[in-house]
Amino acid sequence: MSALTAEQIVEQLNTFLGEAELELASGAVGQPWIQLRPEILPAVCLFLRDNEAMRFDSLMCLSGLHYDKENELGVVYNLHSTRFNHKVNLKVRVPIENPHVPSIERIWKTADWHEREAYDMLGIIFDNHPNLLRILTPDDWEGHPLRKDYVQQAFYQGIPTT
Amino acid sequence: MMELVKNGVDNHEMVINMGPQHPSTHGVLRLELVLDGELIKQVRPNIGYLHRCFEKHAEVLQDYAKVIPYTDRMDYVSAINQEHGYVIAIERLLELEVPERVEYARVIMAELQRIASHLLGIGAFGLDLGAFSPFLYLFTEREKVLDIFEKNTGARLLYNYFAVAGLMRPLRDDFKGDVAAFVKSFRPKIKELDDLLSYNSIFVKRTANIGVLPAQVAINYGASGPVLRGSGVAWDLRKNDPYSIYDRFDFDIPIGRGEMGTLGDCWDRYIIRVREMEQSLLIIEQALEGMPDEGDVMASIPKRIRPKDGELYVRTESPRGELGYFISSDKTAAPFRIKARAPSFVHLSMLPAISKGALIADMVAIVGSIDIVLGEVDR
Repeated sequence: MSALTAEQIVEQLNTFLGEAELELASGAVGQPWIQLRPEILPAVCLFLRDNEAMRFDSLMCLSGLHYDKENELGVVYNLHSTRFNHKVNLKVRVPIENPHVPSIERIWKTADWHEREAYDMLGIIFDNHPNLLRILTPDDWEGHPLRKDYVQQAFYQGIPTT
Repeated sequence: MMELVKNGVDNHEMVINMGPQHPSTHGVLRLELVLDGELIKQVRPNIGYLHRCFEKHAEVLQDYAKVIPYTDRMDYVSAINQEHGYVIAIERLLELEVPERVEYARVIMAELQRIASHLLGIGAFGLDLGAFSPFLYLFTEREKVLDIFEKNTGARLLYNYFAVAGLMRPLRDDFKGDVAAFVKSFRPKIKELDDLLSYNSIFVKRTANIGVLPAQVAINYGASGPVLRGSGVAWDLRKNDPYSIYDRFDFDIPIGRGEMGTLGDCWDRYIIRVREMEQSLLIIEQALEGMPDEGDVMASIPKRIRPKDGELYVRTESPRGELGYFISSDKTAAPFRIKARAPSFVHLSMLPAISKGALIADMVAIVGSIDIVLGEVDR
């Protein structure tokens, strides 16, 4: 067993899913990513973690994004295998009116606080997260600061915020 | 009382707050402890007291270069390492070449900063457990590092010194001499530290077999740096996922061996930091030898940063572990999204898992041993 390229990982994922629905996307620079439907995310993640050839045992980073032009929210997962030293990036995008993404907290514990942060900052709702509360801002804060159209509340508990 | 019973707290339990102004929480951190006598049944870390909207600032500043001083303020005791990770990420986004002299100067400064940061971490850890004098000895040494930084960057804590593909201002002529003198004077002090603190029996009793973190749990939680290596995993991004010019240097990765008790306990995490300082000295010596004496460190800085569209995640080994930046660019001069993955944030999330069943006094040791900086946790 050795490190797989991103193309090989996509190929194996498509075999696992039974149809060629995933493909590699990328920008002009940087790293490629695999975009997938939120419904299949937990199954794909479990496969990536437990499959003998994959062994993605560490979730390096989980970031939420607000695509204001498309009116969507997104989550990017950067995975890494400490055994084979290969990497893969996953991405899901959901409409802002119904921003539900399944939680992967049970698969990698790293996701616990990072999902809470993405919920706090962007309002992405991670279904089945055991403790989806705000983490960086107070519990009764209004709005989600990292959304592009965010306007800070003028007062917090009677105290001016600026 | 009825109110408490309704909230699921039974007669034997007590909930107390440790922090946000507790000296051993290393900043403004509040730990909600559910106690049965002296035993901890549950811990709930509450963070956010130091949240300064780093990621939002990064977006609204409209300029990649203007973010650099903000990265300093995340982990304010190892500002150089925060800058280092960020400029490397931008350089990869722009596909820039970095001059040799700059690369060597950065590595030397990053390793000096790692030593300074570990000195503070170790010193404060000892202080938490009642060892006052090592703290003072270590601060004397840390001062010497800060003096070198002050001479070259103009600042002692928050430097704003690394620029994209360069350095903000030239190095002083006696930079190499100063660093070499520090390396020479510092090496014997590590032995002194071992005598004073590492093998001190009171210190060992307070840290051995406390807060044990098994390797599998550590990896699943995303632990990195000295915390992961303390659990016996030889994992260091400088070797396993090399960046900058670290692949040119010869050094070891110290790992925990359960020398004083169980593998992955507080003492193992502590000793990794001590051994790492020795390795940093080795890297600095090799870098001093390889560093070119001539070269303009400011010539290659781009006037204007406007990357193509794309995303990347770049990680570097900060003194606390894996510091990652996820950057998404949309072809404009403003970053579309910058996310900082801070090691302390991840390590603090493990606290409930490793402190169940510990005593309150051990809680202090556990928090000290994972060496968190709240500026980085809350960003």
